[in-house]
Amino acid sequence: MKLLRILFTSLAALVAVLPAPTLAGEGGRTAKPVIEIANPGKCVAPAEEMRRNHMDMLKHQRDRTLRQGIRGEPASLNACIECHASKTSGSVLGGKENFCQSCHSYAAVKLDCWDCHQPKAGFKAAGVRP
Amino acid sequence: MSGNNPRRAFIAAAGAGVAGLGFTAIAPGLHLMAVASEANAANAATETRKAGTAASPAVRWGLLIDANKCAPGCTKCIDACHTENGVSEQLPDPRQNSQWIRKIELVDKRNGRVTQLPMMCQHCANPPCVDVCPTGASMKRADGIVLVDRHTCIGCRYCMMACPYKARSFVHAPLTEQNPEVPRGQGCVESCTLCVHRVDKGQQPACVESCPAGAMTFGDLNDPASEIAKRIASVPTSQVRADLRLNPGVRYQGI
Amino acid sequence: MATLNPRHEEGFFYLLAGIGGLVSAIGFAAALYMEHSGHVVTGMNNQIVWGLPHVIAIFLIIAASGVLNVASMGSVFGRVLYKPRAPLSGLLAIAMLSGGLFVIMLDLGRADRLMVAATHFNPTSVFGWNVILYPVFYALVGVYLWTMMERRMNPFSKAAGLATFIWRVVLTSGTGSIFAFLVARQAYGTALLAPMFIIMSFSWGLAVFLVVQTTMYAWNNLQLPALILKRMKNLLATFVAAVLYFTIMLHLVNAYFAKNIAFEYFILFDSEFASMFWVGQILVGTLLPLALLFSPGSRDKVLWVNVAALLVILGAYYQLYVFIIGGQAFPLEIFPGYDVKSSFMDGAVDHYSASLPEILLAVGGLAIAFTMTTIGVRILHFLPQDDLAELEAAASITD
Repeated sequence: MKLLRILFTSLAALVAVLPAPTLAGEGGRTAKPVIEIANPGKCVAPAEEMRRNHMDMLKHQRDRTLRQGIRGEPASLNACIECHASKTSGSVLGGKENFCQSCHSYAAVKLDCWDCHQPKAGFKAAGVRP
Repeated sequence: MSGNNPRRAFIAAAGAGVAGLGFTAIAPGLHLMAVASEANAANAATETRKAGTAASPAVRWGLLIDANKCAPGCTKCIDACHTENGVSEQLPDPRQNSQWIRKIELVDKRNGRVTQLPMMCQHCANPPCVDVCPTGASMKRADGIVLVDRHTCIGCRYCMMACPYKARSFVHAPLTEQNPEVPRGQGCVESCTLCVHRVDKGQQPACVESCPAGAMTFGDLNDPASEIAKRIASVPTSQVRADLRLNPGVRYQGI
Repeated sequence: MATLNPRHEEGFFYLLAGIGGLVSAIGFAAALYMEHSGHVVTGMNNQIVWGLPHVIAIFLIIAASGVLNVASMGSVFGRVLYKPRAPLSGLLAIAMLSGGLFVIMLDLGRADRLMVAATHFNPTSVFGWNVILYPVFYALVGVYLWTMMERRMNPFSKAAGLATFIWRVVLTSGTGSIFAFLVARQAYGTALLAPMFIIMSFSWGLAVFLVVQTTMYAWNNLQLPALILKRMKNLLATFVAAVLYFTIMLHLVNAYFAKNIAFEYFILFDSEFASMFWVGQILVGTLLPLALLFSPGSRDKVLWVNVAALLVILGAYYQLYVFIIGGQAFPLEIFPGYDVKSSFMDGAVDHYSASLPEILLAVGGLAIAFTMTTIGVRILHFLPQDDLAELEAAASITD
């Protein structure tokens, strides 16, 4: 997997470098992530580490929780949402300033989590019998 | 993983033979997980498992359902399940909707005797869905709960072909109404989780809690002191499709 | 066929390749649509979980390994007649397997997770075995084609042919085992399916080969030598009869088992599948081709032998449709001896009708196989070159 990531990172770097000459001097045209931090405070790890490793932390936690039944680990997707969901929309998705979407659209990394996981904090499904 | 199941051990050996022809490097990863969960086996399971401990193979979660107490027309367990797990889609073709639990009405062909019962994943000890899953997404937890790992489910539906209880559903359309503790989504197969998120907190599955007649008993089949084990030891119970020797964790009374 | 002038001929090739490519692309687009909207846009549901895409995909995969039989006859069993046909048979095998895998992979609920299928292996899963069987098959056929087409590699051709032959037997057993290793449903779960799928592959693969070969000969204004036609049609008739034998045994034994009588009655007499079985599979796909292959008026005519081959292919479609869709339409017998009712189709027969996207996806798979074959025979040398003198000499010894 590490090899794959290196490959993808270098590809991404290449893509990022290629259009650089045309954009030189026009920094304003490059969209930067505008992250809205709903609850500023202490995360489970320093921001630098989170930025770099959150996907690995979540991946290992998800396997331990689902396959071995280990609960209550510090890294947990639901815990991310509880802290980072936007105060206005209640979600980590939705717009440019929403926590997950903001960085992921900047980095052009597909978000797979939300096909199955609920992106809204404190969401309670109504549940109707089919 | 396969120590207590000669059938699976045999197929695994045959499969490993195929794998050995060129892809051995991939197979070991699968076993690492089993070893890891065995390492945590020492943590004895109490009703509420401590944070950071794994599900224990000493426990076998099960259900005992008394069909005599299951009232005609009552759908409380189904409503409770689908509310708890956020199963709410209403597709134009109802055959494409997920049903984690359903009421079955049985009419004896010989004498017309009518029986009602709820049917769901039977949490087999030897689950065919786990055998057939190409990626290992369909899995059995150490404490006997059969789950689908949606992170690795590719949606091939082979497990739906293999399940003799018709317990599994395929999610036919995008979802947005998931409960935070019950992730589920388009393109993956799913089924009753025995409310694993509640069980891990020491609670009962939603269906058990909701039954007004007390027709469902949840507990550890391996613990002789548990209510479920005592009842199974004292009254005649049956397994559905017992002929298949799948050793389901869900037992029935009165059929 | 009238002689094609070279310029028209070239235009005709581009037209065919273009149509094939377009239909493949439409199939791919249909799969993207299914991926985006979910399988709600298909006719498949929680009772009939595998539909038309699987019928077509499994036909292509079975026929792919079967068509390779032509090559094996030459290199493994030393039949002179089949040796010049080995390269074409290899190309067809790769083309049809590609078409089949295209369909089956794009029908997945999460086709985007193909990497997961490649990196996670479950040794107890027959699907898992197939994930290994297919790429190795590609590699072996690729090497086999290389040993045949590259003169310096010719000495290794026999060994490569043998390895490929063994692998294709394993591969088709693997396809049959997808259904053999199922305890849940009455239609499946018998060891007979593995050898039966192999014999089905012999029949369907040879039928496809005959049709493609005839088309290529006609394209090049050539006539298939009568001796070759006679041999190949006799072989086809043998295989068709063998499939019939397996079909009879399967249903006869099943119908004896009390627990399976209801299912046999359903599939043979009391369902939409009964007519597909009797008319599609037995009459059109078996008896009619056998009559054409043996009747004095038609057995030595290229046209009629090809009609017979086409009928065999049509019968194959019906056979798989009855087997796959019919087998799922019949309700699971969870509570023997009871009439069963529920909100989830328990005790109820299901009806399946394919929707447009899944038809397009299935046809897309056929188009992939067609396009790969069309381009393959154009850019490389696949037309069989027969040494008739050698053939007749061989025939006088063996006949």
